[in-house]
Amino acid sequence: MIDGLAAASIACALVAGVACLLQTWRDRAVGVGLLATAGVVEAVLLAQVIAAIVVVAGGSHADQPVNFVLYLVASVVALPVGVWWSLGDRSRWGSGVLGIACLAVAIIVVRLGQVWESTGG
Amino acid sequence: MDETRPAGSAERGRGASRTASGPGRILVTVYAIFAVAACSRSAVQISTEFDHARVAYLLSAFAAVVYVVATVALARPGAAWQRVAVAACATELVGVLAVGTASVVDSAAFPDQAVWSNYGSGYLLIPVILPVLGLTWLRRTGRRAGG
Repeated sequence: MIDGLAAASIACALVAGVACLLQTWRDRAVGVGLLATAGVVEAVLLAQVIAAIVVVAGGSHADQPVNFVLYLVASVVALPVGVWWSLGDRSRWGSGVLGIACLAVAIIVVRLGQVWESTGG
Repeated sequence: MDETRPAGSAERGRGASRTASGPGRILVTVYAIFAVAACSRSAVQISTEFDHARVAYLLSAFAAVVYVVATVALARPGAAWQRVAVAACATELVGVLAVGTASVVDSAAFPDQAVWSNYGSGYLLIPVILPVLGLTWLRRTGRRAGG
């Protein structure tokens, strides 16, 4: 795995998640700003998927291949689904949904790194 | 287009799920995350290393099913789904308390972190908090429907 991309996607997802929860706290619905932020996070995640495919095609492989693929798929599917579900409620709670989705993405990418290089656990 | 829009939105308003609006929308989100996580985890465990810890993995699979039912029931409108959601959340609460206690008493039977072992401590204790929030929310929305 490319550590730089993983770190970048975790950082982006956390920043986006905090921004969403801040908007929830301020009683703001999901707007263009949050959608653009989610788009940036998704772009970094897609770059990570491409990088992972390149690395695997180059001969490296994950310590837990099945889990790695599942987490990789989950990392790019989570935000689109989260955006769709958040837009169903045009209130502060929509922003909350997107915030939870972003935090979930951060956890997924952390787990992605763990199943790529599992140190005995 | 414009003529059909008011009717469409009114219909959506009638069909909207009370339990999946407002804070309930976040509840459904967290339930959905747990449903997906528990399903894929137990599918991998049962298909690759079932003999490693049969009881723990079957309990994980059961937990996964409960999360799926709870997610769908909370997201859907109607009194019937409301009752299904209450049953699912109650099952979840009983399950997480029973499995949590069992895993503390007999930790050998739960070698891997299953979703409900140690009261969900491997998942930030969300598994034990979630059904309590779910039941509280269902009580509130149910009462509003009655009154």
